[in-house]
Amino acid sequence: MDGMIQADDTWTVAGRRFRSRLIVGTGKYKDLEETAAAIAASGAEIVTVAVRRVNLSDPKAPMLQDYVDPKKITYLPNTAGCHTANDAVRTLRLAREAGGWNLVKLEVLGPPPLLYPDMPGTFEAAAALIKDGFEVMVYCADDPLAAKRLEELGCVAIMPLGAPIGSGLGVQNPAMLTMMMEQVKVPFLVDAGVGTASDAAIAMELGCDAVLLNSAIALAKDPVTMARAMKLAVEAGRLAYLAGRMPRRMGADPSSPLTGLIR
Amino acid sequence: MQTCVSLTLNGEDRSFDGPVSVDDLLRTLGLDHRKVAVERNEAIVPRSSYAETWLASGDAIEIVHFIGGG
Repeated sequence: MDGMIQADDTWTVAGRRFRSRLIVGTGKYKDLEETAAAIAASGAEIVTVAVRRVNLSDPKAPMLQDYVDPKKITYLPNTAGCHTANDAVRTLRLAREAGGWNLVKLEVLGPPPLLYPDMPGTFEAAAALIKDGFEVMVYCADDPLAAKRLEELGCVAIMPLGAPIGSGLGVQNPAMLTMMMEQVKVPFLVDAGVGTASDAAIAMELGCDAVLLNSAIALAKDPVTMARAMKLAVEAGRLAYLAGRMPRRMGADPSSPLTGLIR
Repeated sequence: MQTCVSLTLNGEDRSFDGPVSVDDLLRTLGLDHRKVAVERNEAIVPRSSYAETWLASGDAIEIVHFIGGG
């Protein structure tokens, strides 16, 4: 394992190739300056963005595009806040018109406090969006049957949660994620639940293609430093996955030779 | 002749001197065409047809843009 393998290690979603395996959200930051600084420190090449009503009383307010250039960073519009398939489809049609992008993140959510993925609504929206020409990266439950069905519908990436959105509980379901991953051929990402750098590393060590997170950076005391920590954790986790970890064993196995001991 | 066009604009009742197109509306509101998207009665208004899309009283208009989100 040397720098060569690392340099060539890219992943592809919907025909687009990326080097960074960290996708970050752009919500919950103090201001747009901090958003831009954190994204730069994270090294992310894709950011998720939300679609919301323009504040008509302040039309000249600075916009996200003024700080995060969509020509340099791929915008991935999401459907956060949508609880029905219809709302999600409307939102992404608007996003496509606003930005011209057909690569989107679909999430149809159940009610608070869990905001757990609503899979019947997600299936319905995914089918409608794919029929309408969208390339859908989909947030979903850690349900192998749901993942398979979404892949068969034509989703371009399967993105189950590690824990509820914004919970910071870490990857609570590593065994299930591993079992899902074995069935899915399109890119597989952990999309929610990461709380700190080790959580992101764990997701990557499992063999995920990438990790998507927002709150873990935005709600850290120092978001820009945490963004850098996430970048390094994702790289470290990826390298550990490629290197192949040692087997676990129940008991000790000394690292130093047992021969030549002084008597 | 001036007519009054009453719209539901981003959920609020607003009136404008007519006739008013989507292009006129965005100009009046001071919004940058390149950074927003417009929906009229739950159907997308393509950017290329803003100038010839005339609004009628009772229309529900949504004007959106991108903001930070996860």
